[in-house]
Amino acid sequence: MHDKTLTELAAGLRAKEFSSVELTRYFLDRIARYDGQINSFITVCADYALQQAQAADQALANGDAVSLTGIPLAQKDIFCTDGIRTSCGSRMLDNFIAPYDAGVVERCSGAGMVMLGKTNMDEFAMGSSNETSYYGPVHNPWDREAVPGGSSGGSAAAVAARLTPVATATDTGGSIRQPASLCGITGLKPTYGRVSRFGMIAFASSLDQGGVMARSAEDAALLLNVIAGFDERDSTSAEQTVPDYGATLDETLAGLKIGLPEEYFSDGLDTEVARIIDAAVDEYRKLGAEVKAISLPNTGLAVPTYYVIAPAECSSNLSRFDGVRFGYRCENAVDLEDLYKRSRGEGFGAEVKRRIMIGTYALSAGYYDAYYLKAQQLRHLISDDFAKAFEEVDVIMGPTSPTVAFNLGEKSSDPVSMYLSDIYTIAVNLAGLPGLSIPAGFVGSRPVGLQIIGNYFNEARLLNVAHRFQQVTDWHLRAPQPFAD
Amino acid sequence: MSLEKTDIEKIAHLARLEIDPDDVSRYARDLSVILELVEQMNQVDTGGVQPMAHPLQMAQRLRADEVTETNQRDKFQQIAPQVEAGLYLVPKVIE
Repeated sequence: MHDKTLTELAAGLRAKEFSSVELTRYFLDRIARYDGQINSFITVCADYALQQAQAADQALANGDAVSLTGIPLAQKDIFCTDGIRTSCGSRMLDNFIAPYDAGVVERCSGAGMVMLGKTNMDEFAMGSSNETSYYGPVHNPWDREAVPGGSSGGSAAAVAARLTPVATATDTGGSIRQPASLCGITGLKPTYGRVSRFGMIAFASSLDQGGVMARSAEDAALLLNVIAGFDERDSTSAEQTVPDYGATLDETLAGLKIGLPEEYFSDGLDTEVARIIDAAVDEYRKLGAEVKAISLPNTGLAVPTYYVIAPAECSSNLSRFDGVRFGYRCENAVDLEDLYKRSRGEGFGAEVKRRIMIGTYALSAGYYDAYYLKAQQLRHLISDDFAKAFEEVDVIMGPTSPTVAFNLGEKSSDPVSMYLSDIYTIAVNLAGLPGLSIPAGFVGSRPVGLQIIGNYFNEARLLNVAHRFQQVTDWHLRAPQPFAD
Repeated sequence: MSLEKTDIEKIAHLARLEIDPDDVSRYARDLSVILELVEQMNQVDTGGVQPMAHPLQMAQRLRADEVTETNQRDKFQQIAPQVEAGLYLVPKVIE
């Protein structure tokens, strides 16, 4: 059951092979049985899920069902859910019950999908290993000594361990693609503005984008069909029509022009990972694609640029957590300043504090031009690199991450070495482009992801390119042994 | 750029963050290393480059000036740490 695709699950529901309640119980049972080993959920909402499943069964019986009615999913705990705790992985929001649903959650419920629970994540999505969560780290299902990646480590691990058919996630600097790569699943970060940010707790508003995690490109396409689209409550939501992402998956790749940026294959890339990416690119040659070398000359500046822009926006966004209207409040505040400082000091973890302070410093009087303005100028150059590349090629390919999953604790005391694990994903957020990671092989027991970057609003092509690869390879069908049964 | 403990105390105050005195030197070290990374930005001359504030060249939408939200004060205040008579309570600000 847990290896079925969304299409197979939808067919099974319609053929009455199983009901949505049975399907939901099946995955709730798997979570109860296995999640103790990987800690991928912060909150499991069994009663809520079973109610949604009953409603879905009713809709299926009445003929009111749409394509994914009755299919379970997990929501990253960054999306607000009315009546169910939304913690964002932080002590600050440990007691926070959102008074409304995020746009993404509303769309999933509106499509009849069943929410199993809320997945673990780095605190406020700040991290690349899921180790900054207030609720403890997530373990990689392929190797429990390894990190799952972050910040959407819970969603990635839950999908990889088959505890949910699909999950939502968010990506500010690689937080969908990097954990998808490290957990051996398919993860898509859409174009900035494609998926509503309404009710998605803000980290860096000009970079944050919601997306999907699944075991295959086909499943990712079907979930993206549900969550993509304009939302007037998000001022940066794109007013672009949404194609049927499932309709073009089988299109031919003959003549597809693939660009390989030389900067993504230079020093710092693990040689085994490089070998696997080369082999994946060869598969594309066999599928009829043309491959050419390109250059994204400002790649090396993406991480420094990001670590000004993202913290600056974070320091502003997280100023709302003040201990007054919602969230954590310290005990026995002597005055208002003490209330602010201790509520924030006790409510936020170390990585969030580091980023708030970097952002505060970069935006403070006398430093704005040297840091924030400079970073915005570099963002333009980085974005122009991609624009130039897309004049010559249709998609860009390379590794998602320079190495396979590192060990828990290996980088947690060295923030900069952690930041550099996102070296190939961050530029895509700065430019606002869509990017996807698919499984392409293993080094030992740990998965390797191939990153595919597309032009603006070209998610359909990305999913098509990923799907065709998955028709001729079986990396995406491999399941981590302890969770295979 | 190397930050001193006094810099951290000043930044933490600006950000309204209480930092344990024992942790100040660790933050000074971590933030200095991060700023060193950030200063690689200076390798490139960006004179005359337009700053990019937003990934898409899009115009800000406008809407009619109409009341669209309903008052949900009671619902919102259910999750507040301390309220009374519809007001959020904080420590005394004015003597």
